[in-house]
Amino acid sequence: MRELKLMKGNEAFAEAAIRAGADGYFGYPITPQSEVMEYLMAQKPHERTGMIVLQAESEIAAINMVYGGAATGKRVMTSSSSPGISLKQEGISYIAGAELPCLILNAVRGGPGLGTIQPSQSDYFQSTKGGGHGDYRLLVLAPSSVQEMADFARLGFDLAFKYRNPVLVLSDGAIGQMMEKVELDPQRPRFTDEEIKKNTPWATTGKTSDREHNIVTSLDLESTRMEKHNLDLQAKYRLMEEQEVRYEEISCDDAEYIFVAYGTSARICQKAIQLARAEGIKVGLLRPITLFPFPKKILNKLAKKTKGMLVVEMSAGQMVEDVRLAVECQVKVEYFGRYGGIIPSPDEVVAALKKQIIGG
Amino acid sequence: MAEVIMNAEIVKPENLVYKRTELLTPRTLHYCPGCGHGTTHRIIMEVIEEMGIQSQTIGIAPVGCSVLAYDYMDIDMQEAAHGRAPALATAVKRLNPGKFVFTYQGDGDLAAIGTAETIHACNRGENIVIIFINNGIYGMTGGQMAPTTLEGMKTATCPYGRDIAMMGNPLKITELVAQLPGTLYVTRQAVHTPAAVRRTKKAIRKAFENTKLNKGLSFVEIVSNCNSGWKMTPRQANDWMVENMFPFYPLGDIKVNE
Repeated sequence: MRELKLMKGNEAFAEAAIRAGADGYFGYPITPQSEVMEYLMAQKPHERTGMIVLQAESEIAAINMVYGGAATGKRVMTSSSSPGISLKQEGISYIAGAELPCLILNAVRGGPGLGTIQPSQSDYFQSTKGGGHGDYRLLVLAPSSVQEMADFARLGFDLAFKYRNPVLVLSDGAIGQMMEKVELDPQRPRFTDEEIKKNTPWATTGKTSDREHNIVTSLDLESTRMEKHNLDLQAKYRLMEEQEVRYEEISCDDAEYIFVAYGTSARICQKAIQLARAEGIKVGLLRPITLFPFPKKILNKLAKKTKGMLVVEMSAGQMVEDVRLAVECQVKVEYFGRYGGIIPSPDEVVAALKKQIIGG
Repeated sequence: MAEVIMNAEIVKPENLVYKRTELLTPRTLHYCPGCGHGTTHRIIMEVIEEMGIQSQTIGIAPVGCSVLAYDYMDIDMQEAAHGRAPALATAVKRLNPGKFVFTYQGDGDLAAIGTAETIHACNRGENIVIIFINNGIYGMTGGQMAPTTLEGMKTATCPYGRDIAMMGNPLKITELVAQLPGTLYVTRQAVHTPAAVRRTKKAIRKAFENTKLNKGLSFVEIVSNCNSGWKMTPRQANDWMVENMFPFYPLGDIKVNE
């Protein structure tokens, strides 16, 4: 039985993480996601499940605590917002290199620099193309509701362990701060020591006489071995592209035009669809749920039966590049967006569709 | 040839007085001859072996000359980003409270880029051991100035000697962490003589034993040489260390709480 509650997105994420059997949270306060740690501290998860919650001295320390905890086979997580996520990039690169599972939430705010605290989607490139140094990818989930904030905490942990890879939940202040009803999964037990030894035999749990010592590292000074490691990483990312693409199609069946949008923008586009259809414009929405792996195939397929696509983003146009690559010039793909913390209105989106796609 | 035959007669199990510690792997150390890392690795592994805690110990290696410490120490180990070892150790210990957790860090790692992680792990009183090798130079990257480089000491990035007005003061981070309520035991030792090795081993043993008390962090600094970086022979480097490093970084216990 799932429990029904009215919660903020950030709180739902935190509650769902406890219920997913998280072992540890390490964070540093930053708006607009501080509710995650505040909620966890108030819940005393140490008493509920034994989960550790620690406020670190910096985002850098927090992500490296995640590295240390993940390397012992534990379900560990952190959360932050854009400037803090930039600070975490070093650690994320090491975690990706050492192939450690972990869950990271980015409640994106407008940038660059200190920017603003209002919602934005301007960290798309950073999230989907690597972010830190080296050739690596995160598996990126983009929630567009409080329900998905909760669902993706558990899904994120599970995918992280399935692929031994960091999973990033790419949200923003709108999704994190809004209250909606949410159905929560029942409590799942934390891993036992036996499960850790069995499921993560590479983890540093203490060398026993039945095995060699375990070393968790991203370093190999022998470049032929490092190339092999990189090839293995790339094979893993290709496997994610085959197996983990997630998206939602809304009103696409009879659509002549397609909005492509994720997260908060996708919610705006759903209203824009209603407004446009009231005027007789047959438009649908393709909402990527995984931003990496990106839903290339469905976009290419939709391009074959539609007249044009409008990519709506709260950025200066980042995801539009991936949509254009996926569509392979079959139809016109244009970008419309507001940024710096501004959320576009449905009217603006419909007007952009008319001007840039239908009339253009 | 005659000598070899004679040695073969002497080298028998019953005559064995010194051997590789079981918890050091058979790999050949990459450290320069005369460097203190090898000795310190051995001491730590002896302590872990004697305490019988191999299966309960998790070590964190730094970035620096000892980046490959995990190749030599036959225990489970993690390799940290530069300066972040105390953050890793914090989480390892919090999530695995029954384990013995230690970091092994050089002066650049611990007292420059990782200052925040060091201070805050100490101040939170994390129940871990920090082993800090201070040789006043960045050995691995080719002998650049470290936070602990002495005034007037020449390195690749202060080729005319460390100028305090221009480059700031050498940092006595060990005295600094001793001020924090979270540290239980803070000591400074060396490994340049047999007597010093024995004292260091005692200090490291005490630090690991302290983990059982659950009363805070134990911090063991080891003042060491870097004969390659200092551009001296190992003997010259040890003499220079005694004459110049020890007056500024005096050996002995700085804080002993029970």
